Amino acid sequence: MMELFEHLSLGFSVAFTLENLSYAFLGCLLGTLIGVLPGIGPVPTIAMLLPLTYVLPPTAGLIMLAGIYYGSQYGGSTTAILVALPGETSAVVTVLDGHQMAKNGRAGAALSIAALGSFFAGCFATILLAAFAPPLAEVAFKFGPAEYFSLMCLGLIGAVVLASGSLPKAVCMIILGLLLGMVGTDVNSGVARFDFGIPELQDGIDFAVVAMGVFGLAEIMNNLAQKENRVDITDKLGSLYPNKQEFKEAAPAVLRGTMLGSALGILPGGGAVLSSFASYTLEKKISKNPERFGKGHPAGLAGPESANNAAAQTSFIPLLTLGIPGNAVMALMVGAMTIHNIQPGPQVMSSHPELFWGLIVSMWIGNLMLVVLNLPLVGLWVKLLKVPYRVLFPAILLFCTIGVYSLNYNAFDIYVMGIFGIIGYIWTKLKCEGAPLLLGLVLGPMMEENFRRALLLSRGDFLTFVERPLSLTLLLMALGLIILVASPSIRKKREETFVEEE
Amino acid sequence: MHIKNQQDFWSGLMFIALGVGFALFSTSYDMGTPARMGPGYFPFWLGVVLALLGGVVTINSLRGKEGEDHHVGKFDFDILALIIGSIVVFGVMLDNLGLYISLVILVIFSSLASHEFSLKIAIGNAIFLVIFTWLAFVRGLGLIFPLWPVPIAEWPTYAMIIIPVSIIIGVIILISKLKGSK
Repeated sequence: MMELFEHLSLGFSVAFTLENLSYAFLGCLLGTLIGVLPGIGPVPTIAMLLPLTYVLPPTAGLIMLAGIYYGSQYGGSTTAILVALPGETSAVVTVLDGHQMAKNGRAGAALSIAALGSFFAGCFATILLAAFAPPLAEVAFKFGPAEYFSLMCLGLIGAVVLASGSLPKAVCMIILGLLLGMVGTDVNSGVARFDFGIPELQDGIDFAVVAMGVFGLAEIMNNLAQKENRVDITDKLGSLYPNKQEFKEAAPAVLRGTMLGSALGILPGGGAVLSSFASYTLEKKISKNPERFGKGHPAGLAGPESANNAAAQTSFIPLLTLGIPGNAVMALMVGAMTIHNIQPGPQVMSSHPELFWGLIVSMWIGNLMLVVLNLPLVGLWVKLLKVPYRVLFPAILLFCTIGVYSLNYNAFDIYVMGIFGIIGYIWTKLKCEGAPLLLGLVLGPMMEENFRRALLLSRGDFLTFVERPLSLTLLLMALGLIILVASPSIRKKREETFVEEE
Repeated sequence: MHIKNQQDFWSGLMFIALGVGFALFSTSYDMGTPARMGPGYFPFWLGVVLALLGGVVTINSLRGKEGEDHHVGKFDFDILALIIGSIVVFGVMLDNLGLYISLVILVIFSSLASHEFSLKIAIGNAIFLVIFTWLAFVRGLGLIFPLWPVPIAEWPTYAMIIIPVSIIIGVIILISKLKGSK
């Protein structure tokens, strides 16, 4: 317990410097600014802003990135409540009751409930993260290459099992991502693979370029194709303060949502989507009057919003302790850390304690800033929502292009982004998801490295993966997940969930 | 034989093609043995697995119920060409014409992809973005861009061809859009 305080005070001393506070603030502001734009979720937002953080020192860069993440998620909820346009799947649930509340003239209250619920969840999950990260990292130190390989298998499978449509297609996208991760110079032999003789490809394909092409450009082209969708924006915000009854109904839901979200967020595969759906189902089930759900019940907004924020926070646990990203956002984080020469994993805590604890404390600060920053600025976000798309998309294109160019100051990256834009557009038509690909792309080199090392240690015996108890357990868990999803009853339930989404 | 799920059918074929492609390409690298893997080993087997799973996806697409939403959506080639084209051309122009001019051209040409194009708004937007980029990226973050045009004599040959041709194409589309809206 004492240790926890020591760690947190180290974190506070790092996070409370003027420099880091202002980067956290800037991150939250920029994240919200872009996240609030309809149809742009956290992944494209982070991908777009990522290159900007490369010029900063590592700690400041990651703090800003975390701020961008919360900001964009928060901005997404604002859009979901006011215009019923979810930027990402986990905000779909927010639309159900949040937008109804706005239609009932309680938009201000809905925004406050979402903000305060998220803040509470964020605080709780941050403490959880601080308390559980060190013991988990201890476990991770016992991991050999075989365990790491199995863990990555579990992580990748978990990611697609929990959060995507067609399972075989998602697995294919992962493998394709792994293969794209192979492009570039092989660390063991120094041979340049799949480079087609192009010198720029010898450093590998930057994941930010792929992310911007597949998420950013493809998204824009799809939005443009659906003529201009006129949306009704609720301007009448009403009071920002929830009334007594709303407060009474929301508070327990926040508590339950936080617990549920914290637990599910730790799972590989990042439970943000899962936890908001689960929380909504839970609230509806235990409510005395479930018929009010979908008509603007505060609990239907407060539960999922807190769950999703708690999960967003705890999904940092596998990343920071094991070095395994659970979802596409975390994959971007891994990429950012590698650029700063930090290998994500259990050693971060001991080798860069100031970065680790500073990041954790700044997460809490970021959550606080969002509440302080956003409630008074709601009027501004509403104005931003009214900017027509034809003005918006050239600006987004420009920012993507500038961001990509500034990675290496080389126009080649812009062309690669263009190519991935075309591929991403084709994939959206074929309903192939980009998120698993991104995870694979980031994990590819790590996975190959551990696979090779494990077999080197076992002298080429493939049984090493099942003979080591820890590795076997992880693989069995992955297998269990697959069987679970393939079983008819769950399959049906899953399909229902994904149908509801659309 | 009848294809029940068009999307899955074509994705399956794509996965098979990519898997086979990567696997074949990997054979040109040293495979090594499991204990001492060469650079070709891991990608080769990943490619094989991808191709096999692609086969599963393809076969599955032939079964099951036929659904309306399983059709492959229509491709909007105009939008695709305008967006990707203006980005690629921006890449070529940036090193030769400098940030400001390339930026204006990118914004105006990409705006053509919208169903509600207005030259006035596009120009206004471009001016705003030039000021914003200068403030935020050039001054604020200190990113190093080529800002001003390089003399044409110093351009690489491909730029001398691509830049004028693409500008002419862009202007033609612009004029036809303006005429069409009247």
